[in-house]
Amino acid sequence: MDKSKANLAVDLKGLACPMPVLKTKKALDSLQPGQVLLVEVTDKGSKADIPAMLRRTGNELVEMDEKDNVFSFLIKKVK
Amino acid sequence: MEEKKKRMALIASKGTLDMAYPPLILASTAVAMDVEVEIFFTLYGVDIVNKKKYHSLQVAPIANPAMPSPVPFPNILGVLPGMTGMATMMMKGMIKKINWPTIPELLHVCLESGVKMIACTPTLEMTGLSKEDLVEGVEVAGAAEFLDFALDANISLFI
Repeated sequence: MDKSKANLAVDLKGLACPMPVLKTKKALDSLQPGQVLLVEVTDKGSKADIPAMLRRTGNELVEMDEKDNVFSFLIKKVK
Repeated sequence: MEEKKKRMALIASKGTLDMAYPPLILASTAVAMDVEVEIFFTLYGVDIVNKKKYHSLQVAPIANPAMPSPVPFPNILGVLPGMTGMATMMMKGMIKKINWPTIPELLHVCLESGVKMIACTPTLEMTGLSKEDLVEGVEVAGAAEFLDFALDANISLFI
């Protein structure tokens, strides 16, 4: 994952559901369409929750990876 | 033309610390997913939006065999004085451990993000409360207002 692509990086490690989804959405709301957001979480449910929120809000998951129990999501704001 | 938003209608009927979480978690998450949400607080659920009470909701250990305990604990002992306080303290410890927001924090997240909150009028009359006793931003209405919203909802849950 090329983390340098991100316009904004948010560290959400240690937070439990629903906070990773809420804070990811809040961060997305602060960006312009086309910009890229990086979020890092440790909540295991986020692996399903964040992509579900992105599908419903019409935003694009560019890449997701998991390393040492940290999930990283690279997200492109579409609208 | 903008697509019509999905809707979720919730009824929150319980006023214990544990049961205050599900409606608020669902509501805050739904708003983050671009869903329009209304929560109708009725009966004991009104405690969740009662300014004087929402900081100090408690857990009832009686008739709750799922209540975790560090030592084997017959459920009937839940009637002893102090047990509700103890169960509440334990639950608060568990909540802190996973970094969960408190009920007031979560409630304000919901209100700030536009969740519509309604407290049930007969419950307020029954308990002698008025709109001034409720957290700012909570409206007062009855069953028809809730149904008007819920009739167009994609999800309706009674909690």
